[in-house]
Amino acid sequence: MSSFDFLLQGLAAAAQPMLLLYAFIGVLLGTMVGVLPGIGPALTVALLLPVTYGLDPAGSLIMFAGIYYGGMYGGSTTSILLNTPGESASIITALEGNRMARNGRGGPALATAAIGSFIAGLIATLLLAFLAPYIVRMALVFGPREYFALMVLAFVTVSSAFGDSTLRGLTSLFLGLALGCIGIDQLTGQARLSFGFPDLLDGVDVTTLAVGMFAVGEALFVAGQHALDRDQVLPVKGSIWMSRRDWARSWKPWLRGTAIGFPIGAMPAGGAEIGTFLSYSAEKRLTKHPEEFGNGAIEGVAGPEAANNASAAGTLVPLLTLGLPTTATAAIMLAGFQQFGLQPGPLLFATNPTLVWSLIASLLIANLMLVVLNLPLIGLWVKLLTIPKPWLYAGILMFATLGTIGTNPSSFELGMLMGFGLIGYLMRMFHYPVAPIVVGLILGPMAEQQLRRALSISQGDWSVLVQSPVAAVLLTLAALGLIVPLVLRAMGKGQVLQAVAADED
Amino acid sequence: MTDRPPPHTDPAPDPAERPPEPHVVHPSLFAVAAGLAVIGAVMLWDAGRLSGAAGYSNVGPAMFPRIIGGVLIGLAVWTAISTLRRDFPDPHPSAHGPILWVLAGLTAQLLLLKVAGFSIATGLLFALTARGFGKRNLAVTIPLGIAMAFVIWAVFSQVLMLNLPAGPLERLFFGAAP
Repeated sequence: MSSFDFLLQGLAAAAQPMLLLYAFIGVLLGTMVGVLPGIGPALTVALLLPVTYGLDPAGSLIMFAGIYYGGMYGGSTTSILLNTPGESASIITALEGNRMARNGRGGPALATAAIGSFIAGLIATLLLAFLAPYIVRMALVFGPREYFALMVLAFVTVSSAFGDSTLRGLTSLFLGLALGCIGIDQLTGQARLSFGFPDLLDGVDVTTLAVGMFAVGEALFVAGQHALDRDQVLPVKGSIWMSRRDWARSWKPWLRGTAIGFPIGAMPAGGAEIGTFLSYSAEKRLTKHPEEFGNGAIEGVAGPEAANNASAAGTLVPLLTLGLPTTATAAIMLAGFQQFGLQPGPLLFATNPTLVWSLIASLLIANLMLVVLNLPLIGLWVKLLTIPKPWLYAGILMFATLGTIGTNPSSFELGMLMGFGLIGYLMRMFHYPVAPIVVGLILGPMAEQQLRRALSISQGDWSVLVQSPVAAVLLTLAALGLIVPLVLRAMGKGQVLQAVAADED
Repeated sequence: MTDRPPPHTDPAPDPAERPPEPHVVHPSLFAVAAGLAVIGAVMLWDAGRLSGAAGYSNVGPAMFPRIIGGVLIGLAVWTAISTLRRDFPDPHPSAHGPILWVLAGLTAQLLLLKVAGFSIATGLLFALTARGFGKRNLAVTIPLGIAMAFVIWAVFSQVLMLNLPAGPLERLFFGAAP
């Protein structure tokens, strides 16, 4: 059966009224939470994870898909109407989109972002559907050493290849890896770093870490900054519809953005920020209206926003086919899968194809719902943006702790949440990126298992790691990803990397 | 999660933009380095007490923590050197008062959760967090927080079947067995 047949079957499965309702609720909640300033998609997904606990796996994953796309979408609204982007991948959107809103063209800016996201999401999800079976087939011949090499590459791209400091990226990553060691060793059953606390034997929960880092840490940081000056929300004046000229100027950037964003998301190369940055510079080079860039050029919203969504769908390729999360959001989604005892990867396509394909199909459905929902409800989103900071952060902490209490109603878990919040706060204070610690926690134990398997097969011979061509190439890329930025920064060329910094998401 | 300014306007790292006066090393940066070294040392110590059980591969449960602990100590040294060479950006300035209010809220919730139930504990968290952000009138915010938390409790425990601890308030409305 071809991908197309599978996808049709998935669409049929996902089109059941109940599942459509779940997708709708997911999209609505995801947009609502994603639109709140200071909340990116990673935190949106982490905060809303408990909502899905009571459902069956299919329903909950589908709601999840809606939340994910909704959260991405909500972020673009925030960045256009407010100068502080709701998610780091929207920084570029904020540049031009906010300008457009200032010039009274907020409506078309929101529209081109919404439609661009829809088109990019549609194309990228279809690409995901058609690529996945090939990657799964390729992944089936991957042994432990190839997986290990892939994870090492993901470690490097997430932590040190981009961003403003190799040192701080690596430190964040290794703190995550250290947290990943806590608990019972999977191969020998010995307790590591549990210090006699039975609560630690199961290891550190990824959602607790993510919520602690992103919600509690951020709340503490913002509280300490006294940043009480209200961000100004720009009113949406005039028609929200795009003129014929807007369409003419938008469609090419949408497609180019998709073409740039998807491969970047699909490679184990980390966040969506890089794609938006490349798309923006491409549009700036190709535009016929260079004078408008910096003053609200519609191409500068259309392209990056499409790239952003395309790479968000792209990150699902390694997540679903290899079980490899490359962003904090993907790491939390992986935790969501594991909640139901599902391990994404090539085997899931073989053992539970219905689930995988209805998930992919519901991404398409969620995408369609979003474009229908987002523009008519713009008034509601604008109201959400004006929530004053005290209520906003008090509410965020309520929901943050609700998730932890709902999973594990123990004071110990809440204490961990608070501890991670403090660590997150300190990391922000000292300019450490937060995404690597989350990815390190979830990928660390997986990498350790693959490494130990590979070494068991070779009876302790480490050279086996580079004896397979695939693993050797991946490890070489990882080494380059570590060394080249160090050299660039030493030569004082670090700004480029800093500009494409894979920030918190 | 970027309430922070976008990277290119980040005031910190570029040495060219630093104020010209002699730059004093921020002492807290050494605390960061020391903290990393301690975590690394704890990992090495813990790895040392694991029994071998390495089998043929020479890689037991202690190998990975050893590597990570070693690297963390290396990163601690790197951080210290980077601080001495003035390469490490200064920490963001931060006020302590608001942070203590938020932490007090979290602590109150943690301690009261089992005794007073979800609504009261979480209502206090809400009010104390809002206090940290400048809403001083606790006589308004505590009842408001408890009311909101109660609605959340009702929705999540009754409709979405989440196991949230009940206290006197919840039992009053929903009976003894939530």
